[in-house]
Amino acid sequence: MEVPEQEKLVNTLKEKYEDEILHIETPYNFLTIVLRKEKIIEIIKFLYDHPDTKFQYLTSLAAVHYPDLKQIVVVYQLHNLVNNHRVRLKISLSEENAVTQTLTPVFAAANWMERETYDFYGVIFEGHPNLQRILNVEEMTIFPMRKEYPLEDQTREDKNDSMFGRNLEQNAK
Amino acid sequence: MEAVSNTKSVITVGDKPEGYEGAGFLATSLEKVVGLARKNSIWPLPFATSCCGIEFMATMGAHYDLGRFGSERLSFSPRQADLLMVMGTIAKKMGPILRQVYEQMAEPRWVLSVGACACSGGIFDTYSVLQGIDRIIPVDVYVPGCPPRPEQIIDGVMKIQHLVETESLRRRDSEEYKVMLNKYGIE
Repeated sequence: MEVPEQEKLVNTLKEKYEDEILHIETPYNFLTIVLRKEKIIEIIKFLYDHPDTKFQYLTSLAAVHYPDLKQIVVVYQLHNLVNNHRVRLKISLSEENAVTQTLTPVFAAANWMERETYDFYGVIFEGHPNLQRILNVEEMTIFPMRKEYPLEDQTREDKNDSMFGRNLEQNAK
Repeated sequence: MEAVSNTKSVITVGDKPEGYEGAGFLATSLEKVVGLARKNSIWPLPFATSCCGIEFMATMGAHYDLGRFGSERLSFSPRQADLLMVMGTIAKKMGPILRQVYEQMAEPRWVLSVGACACSGGIFDTYSVLQGIDRIIPVDVYVPGCPPRPEQIIDGVMKIQHLVETESLRRRDSEEYKVMLNKYGIE
């Protein structure tokens, strides 16, 4: 999206939702808007319907875990197929209480994307028709993509940590 | 005029089992005959999950041709298969399904684990990948590789053939075998 069109989009958003915008940045020329979490569904529906923006394709819905900030950020990437514009919306939720509204009334694709976000980060989407684990085993009790959980399978006995560049004494500190 | 050929035709015939031979007959032990018949008609069940499955497709193709070894007829029904070939990454979610397929196979059955992921989890040492199918089912031959070339898969099948040929007819009823199955929790 060219800079004038980015500014046009931001202005359209500011007409109604100026208070909700926390931060705007453009990493690699990709317009990224950080918003408050309360009215995010309304804002996305507004961007869906508004004739100047028409973001009617949900490219992805994912989460990022920032343990230092104790936040889980949910990232929505929208795409305007007519004019080929893309925008990224981010909302931040607290680690202990990662709850937000579901996007399924606006986009049907959000159904499985939210299930995946729940499965890996533990983000609860209120109003979701079927919020269950989708990729992991149903009996799993942890949310594996959170940073506190290790990647490796913990039941292996034969891996020698020093050969993989990990020093147990250092890790235990 | 003699036909001239540059290629040496070396045709090898498989070894004859030991026995008493006469004019037009060979008397040998039942075990040897059954072993010979079984080893040359192993019907595999290709449990192909990932990239190793593609190498298996190449092995079944005309160039490498597993059909030469008697495995012409693949079966996706466990009841009608002899050899369970597990090819590819098995996730922990897939584990119970693989186990069910193995349990449904009729004796005598053999398991060939193809590729690093099936043998030990491969490069995927993660929370979601089963670190080797021998955590849930007994395995007879492991074929390492990522992925193993068709020649290596054929080598694995030939080793299975050797196991099939030399297996005792009473092995599946023996105490030792039952104890081994119980270790996996299979009755």
